[in-house]
Amino acid sequence: MSLRRRVFFTVLLFGLMAVAACVFAPMVGSAPISLRRVFDRSVPFADNTDAQIFFISRLPRTLAAALVGAALAASGVVFQALLRNPLATPFTLGVSAGAALGAMLAITFPISLAFAGVATVPIASFAGALGAVGVVYALSTVRRHGLSTNVLLLAGITLNAFFSSLILFIQYLADFSQTMRTVRWLMGDLDVGSYAPILAALPFTLLAFAVFAWLPRSLNLLTLGADAASARGVDVLRTQRLAFFSASLATGAAVSLGGPVGFIGIIVPHLVRLLVGADHRVVLPASTLFGAAFLVLCDVAARTLIAPMVLPVGILTAMIGGPFFLWLLIRRG
Amino acid sequence: MLQAADVSFVYGPGQAGLHGVSVDVPSGGLVGILGPNGSGKTTLLRVLGGMLPAASGRVTIDGRDLWRMSRRNLARQIAVVPQETRLSFEYSVLEVVLMGRYPHLGAFELESQDDVAIAREALAATGTLALEHRLFPTLSGGEKQRVVIASALAQSAGLMLLDEPTAALDPGYQVEIAALLRRLNAERGVTMAIATHDLNLAAGLCRQLVLLREGRVIASGPTAQVLTRESVRALYDVEADVQYHEAAGHLTVVPLRRIRARD
Repeated sequence: MSLRRRVFFTVLLFGLMAVAACVFAPMVGSAPISLRRVFDRSVPFADNTDAQIFFISRLPRTLAAALVGAALAASGVVFQALLRNPLATPFTLGVSAGAALGAMLAITFPISLAFAGVATVPIASFAGALGAVGVVYALSTVRRHGLSTNVLLLAGITLNAFFSSLILFIQYLADFSQTMRTVRWLMGDLDVGSYAPILAALPFTLLAFAVFAWLPRSLNLLTLGADAASARGVDVLRTQRLAFFSASLATGAAVSLGGPVGFIGIIVPHLVRLLVGADHRVVLPASTLFGAAFLVLCDVAARTLIAPMVLPVGILTAMIGGPFFLWLLIRRG
Repeated sequence: MLQAADVSFVYGPGQAGLHGVSVDVPSGGLVGILGPNGSGKTTLLRVLGGMLPAASGRVTIDGRDLWRMSRRNLARQIAVVPQETRLSFEYSVLEVVLMGRYPHLGAFELESQDDVAIAREALAATGTLALEHRLFPTLSGGEKQRVVIASALAQSAGLMLLDEPTAALDPGYQVEIAALLRRLNAERGVTMAIATHDLNLAAGLCRQLVLLREGRVIASGPTAQVLTRESVRALYDVEADVQYHEAAGHLTVVPLRRIRARD
């Protein structure tokens, strides 16, 4: 099959899966609703419980899940190619630790950054993510021209550890309810409450996706190594920079929206590679769509598993993702 | 075709770089760059391929300065074969060879039937067409190297730079790769510059040699003139027997003993 057809059919198939998940998800939950009543215009919205459940409670969650899942899965693919390391995740370079520190500070100290309907915590965590990205990038370029992936990895891992200990330090000083909120935040939760945070995260994610669209062929070559890619005509430094900043931006936006939802960024790319091969022109769009579908379905499970209680979705992705990740490690060894 | 004039490159104090190196790779030529480990062969190859900027001096291809050309444009003229290729993901052999088509395609362009035909032809030329659907990481060392050469061929560049193309291979594959390179040069007119420390590979394959030691050219010219007992001693500090080998059909070098390095 030619590549054109492979890309077309893969996107079609995974696209249908994502759409099906997004349509199915808001209809399922602890309270049964009827779609006909949801869209029944003769009943005013204030009296229409089905419409309220659909539009206020379930649809924002579903859309947030789709956006976060897509962004994390796609950035996972990009980071793995950039670092030439199948074990890299969107959180490897410290973006999520920066976001967590930002969120933690916003929860613990009485600061208000609320803006345009978006609460303080997501804004603080996005700022934390951008700060971490800046530090890691500055460290990786300080020693020579170009981006050293080794330094990038070490700087990211060190920053992760450093931020984590800062978080523990602040948590130790914080009171019980603040600590509880931080722990909850770290679990990753899609209880966004309204459309405003989704709309706020959307432009950053879309900007990152626009860059992603340009990247796949260069990413294929980058996995050969910088010299080999350069010898085949890739502008390596430009590709690395674009990949690093776009994937970090998407990760930062996703984490500020849903918290550091684990494992999507590493399971989905590997699962998709097993299904469609290694070519990033197929893997990247397929992972994006599969990531959206996967997190939407995980969220359905989170809402229904012990209904009427709602689990933070990050607990479930890791529960499904953990064993898969171990299996992957054992298979590689 | 490719000329380096008085090229210098310095890594840092204590590290050998390049000092006033001049190399001329004529169109259709087969030039060997010989030298001991750390003599600057790989550095020279990277400068010749436009991957490393020379601190001083000029590198030109057909009279045009390498550093005035875009990466893409350069890749259409110069292909590079590294000593070893490791892939972090499981691409098929055909996918790896198609990566050679990169400089000929636009940012959003997919490979056409023509590109696939060129790639398959490159596989056929290197005797690896039967492997096209295999996963690259599952190949043997010799197969990998032939596929990487096919990928460089698919680039449709007139010049190929090879860095120790046989160093990681056993004698069987070494002979095979040497024969492949000789054939590609003779039949397709691919100009080649090969960095190696293998004197016999260079003696059998290359028509011209450049001897590099501590970043300086100590001799260069036609293989028969350059490859002598004296030059081998000057290059590697070994006493060697250099003789024409009837069965091999070229000069062969048998190292006999190490002599004390001159300061």
